Amino acid sequence: MGSFQSLPDDHQYRTLSQKTDFSLEQIAILHNRFKQLSQNEETLRRDDLKTIQDLESNPIRYQIIEAFFDRRNFQKDGVGSVEEIGFEEFLTVMSYFRAPAHRITEEQREEMRRAKLRFLFNMHDTDNDGTITLEEYRHVVEELLSRSGALGRETAKGIADAAMLEVASISVGPMAPDEFYEGITFEHFLKILKGIEIETRMHIRFLNMDTTVLCKQHCV
Amino acid sequence: MFTLFSRLCTRASRRRVSPWALNNSQPLLGAHCWLFEGPHDGRSANVKVKSPHNRFHLIPRLSSIVPESCLLIVVGLLVGGLMKLVGEIPPVLESKIFFLYLLPPIILDAGYFLPIRQFTENLGTILMFAVVGTLWNAFFVGGLLYGVCQLEGHRLVTVDLLSCLLFGSIISAVDPVAVLAVFEEIHINELLHILVFGESLLNDAVTVVLYHLFEEYSSVGSITVMDVFLGIVCFLVVSLGGIVVGAIYGILAAFTSRFTSHTRVIEPLFVFVYSYMAYLSAEVFHLSGIMALIACGAVMRPYVEANISHKSHTTIKYFLKMWSSVSDTLIFIFLGVSTVAGPHEWNWTFVMATLIFCLVARVLGVVGLTFVINKFRIVKLTSKDQFIIAYGGLRGAIAFSLVYLLKTEHFPMRNMFLTAIITVIFFTVFVQGMTIRPLVDLLAVKKKQETKRSINEEIHTQFLDHLLTGIEDICGHYGHHHWKDKLNRFNKKYVKKCLIAGERSKEPQLIAFYHKMEMKQAIELVESGGGAKFPSALPSTVSMQNIQPKKPPQDRALPQLSKAREEEIRKILRTNLQRTRQRLRSYNRHTLVADPYEDGWNEILIKRKKMKELEKKMNNYLTVPAPPPDSPTIARARLASDPQAWGLKSVTESIPTIKVDLASPQSPESVNMVDEFGKKGSQSKASKEEEGGLTMKVPSPTNQRKDKTADEDNDKEPQQRLMRCLSDPGPTAEEEDEDEAFLP
Repeated sequence: MGSFQSLPDDHQYRTLSQKTDFSLEQIAILHNRFKQLSQNEETLRRDDLKTIQDLESNPIRYQIIEAFFDRRNFQKDGVGSVEEIGFEEFLTVMSYFRAPAHRITEEQREEMRRAKLRFLFNMHDTDNDGTITLEEYRHVVEELLSRSGALGRETAKGIADAAMLEVASISVGPMAPDEFYEGITFEHFLKILKGIEIETRMHIRFLNMDTTVLCKQHCV
Repeated sequence: MFTLFSRLCTRASRRRVSPWALNNSQPLLGAHCWLFEGPHDGRSANVKVKSPHNRFHLIPRLSSIVPESCLLIVVGLLVGGLMKLVGEIPPVLESKIFFLYLLPPIILDAGYFLPIRQFTENLGTILMFAVVGTLWNAFFVGGLLYGVCQLEGHRLVTVDLLSCLLFGSIISAVDPVAVLAVFEEIHINELLHILVFGESLLNDAVTVVLYHLFEEYSSVGSITVMDVFLGIVCFLVVSLGGIVVGAIYGILAAFTSRFTSHTRVIEPLFVFVYSYMAYLSAEVFHLSGIMALIACGAVMRPYVEANISHKSHTTIKYFLKMWSSVSDTLIFIFLGVSTVAGPHEWNWTFVMATLIFCLVARVLGVVGLTFVINKFRIVKLTSKDQFIIAYGGLRGAIAFSLVYLLKTEHFPMRNMFLTAIITVIFFTVFVQGMTIRPLVDLLAVKKKQETKRSINEEIHTQFLDHLLTGIEDICGHYGHHHWKDKLNRFNKKYVKKCLIAGERSKEPQLIAFYHKMEMKQAIELVESGGGAKFPSALPSTVSMQNIQPKKPPQDRALPQLSKAREEEIRKILRTNLQRTRQRLRSYNRHTLVADPYEDGWNEILIKRKKMKELEKKMNNYLTVPAPPPDSPTIARARLASDPQAWGLKSVTESIPTIKVDLASPQSPESVNMVDEFGKKGSQSKASKEEEGGLTMKVPSPTNQRKDKTADEDNDKEPQQRLMRCLSDPGPTAEEEDEDEAFLP
């Protein structure tokens, strides 16, 4: 998509900065990282991300990698996934992890919450039908517990079931025996995660400060 | 200079373990046992960390206005006054007893139940307030007081700079006992609570160093730059050393608890003994005992709790609460008594100046520090927060005891210091303590959320942790998620294996949380009398049958029974229901469950899982004409039932057998039920079996596909039993009907 010349172009940075609310220094740092990961190519592929050593021990690495290639996160009404992404998409996905500015209005805060929770929701809702079904939720819990062997797998189902029950009873309330609860919709998802202050918890500190110093370690 | 340094550190120990008997009246505890309050509420039986203690619960209005600490001080004052009237010399809060016996339980209670997550998230802020804030307070108050003394002339001129600085350092420290006492009752949000409370705990090291620095140097008379540098080194040694000592003892305690599976009764003892030893060792080595105690409690807790029995856990919790409650009470009462007793020397200027400077210093310090801190924080501290933090800087008994330790020979103005300290303490505890609650309401400060942590939140907290770590790795930035993750993995791989016994060492946190939740529900179930009413913990409004993905309606697997037959079946089943209900109740009341929680942990899990699966199946099969008011079917379905324990009778009985087995000693729920009847309207019908030779074939597991039970084997087993027990010797007319209808 957004193809850059080999030299970082200030003008392009500026457009990106407007789009994603990053500062110019942060964009420069992330661009360097992008180039490092993609081995100086224009686009990033899944394999490039898979080569990151530290990700090996992460139980949900596949979901994380998928999230980068998921069209729904590129702020359009996209569906499906792509094979490779450019820097613009990389930056867009990273922008979900910005911290809220100090003085923002309630609406902006709410909007940010929705955006971040939408990101999480998309990570869970792999078949993009708008709901997180029990199977998908089970998969999530299983992945989380995937390092615990057999003990994890059995209990994962129980945990996922209990969690779904909780969502259903919170969102829908008493249900007659023949009613069905299809799955967690985005609205329900918002409701159950009201207790966690997502807009402040889901952020990377790195993106907050001007860390040109840090870049020197990672920029070859 | 070096000798000075070593003397400095030596004195640190003597502060606490002082052999001086500062009062000459009869031993404290013996003669004044009547000071003890009568049996009081204590802290309520809450799993949460703290809950308000209500000794004065008989006077509810009073206790809602006036915090407990104030009332206790007033009681102390009255007692002291009484004693003086009678002619006895009221006892003073002896420093040795205070530091050796009264203070440790409170600190251990605080350290053991410290909310680690919030504490570490805000550690930078807390340290800033504790170290820099206390230093600022000490120098500000000390310096300005010296200025005032010089200006005032006559009596006060003799007070030199170092004495003033010493006084400043004593009075600048926020007191954990007072903070706990007041903040516990106002239920503010966790962030503020942990900030003020954490600060009060961590400033002990600063206080120790400053106190001894100035005490030493006041005899020498002057300070050089080198001394300042040594002071800083001393501070680092005292604080870090204290933490290391505490951590060592914590690990020892955790390691010991690994082997106590056969001697459960003394498990609490280990916790207390190791903690107290950590405190004493730190004091002996001239380090900060409070920090050692906190470190010990915080380090040992996750491992010890994984190892010890449920009862030991309860014991520890209640003993800690009890001891800290008692200490707390005694401290405040003695504070009141000492006020009446202690030698006083009132000097308007000095006292008033002290008070004003303390308040001003606190406000300035908080505002200034917050300005700096907010640059590094994501969740910034608002001015409301700052106000509460400043207002919550209460002084208490530690300051009093420290002043009491001063020798009159070295410090001729000691009595004046004492009076000033007591005034400040009274002011902060009474005025600030009483007004903070209405102020919190007035300013609409966020209160503590009382909601229980839901499993969804837990799942997503974990998910977020991993997600953020992953994103940090992709960014190439080694942020604090990365290091936290590394620490967790190290913990899991090596430390847990050493310190946690058996299987629990491999249990990930999510599973542990889930088990705890299940346990709680199970306990609630049993406590609520079993089948008598719906357990509120379980979301009884929704059951697993609701969470099913839509499947095409299955073909009718079993025949449609005629209406009349249905009615008959229902009637029969209902009558049996009545009978078993009564038996249920009696079993629940009188069956004693012998310690189910320790052994057979996995069995309980398996049973619970099976019970849940059973419930799903039952809900599928049952059309319960739920007899009001209670639905024993559903309620009973929730009870853990051990399918294996069902006594199966084959078809030779004259009436449907419904067996209720006595609780196996392992299961927390005392009733095992074998019971299946009723039908579910739209789905398959329960078939009935005739007596005499009609064997029912088990419907294939495909019938059960609506349940998301993973385990096919488990399906089949209870299935068979389910079917078989529906032996009903009803009229033989339908024999032929039933015959053809069975599905393979």
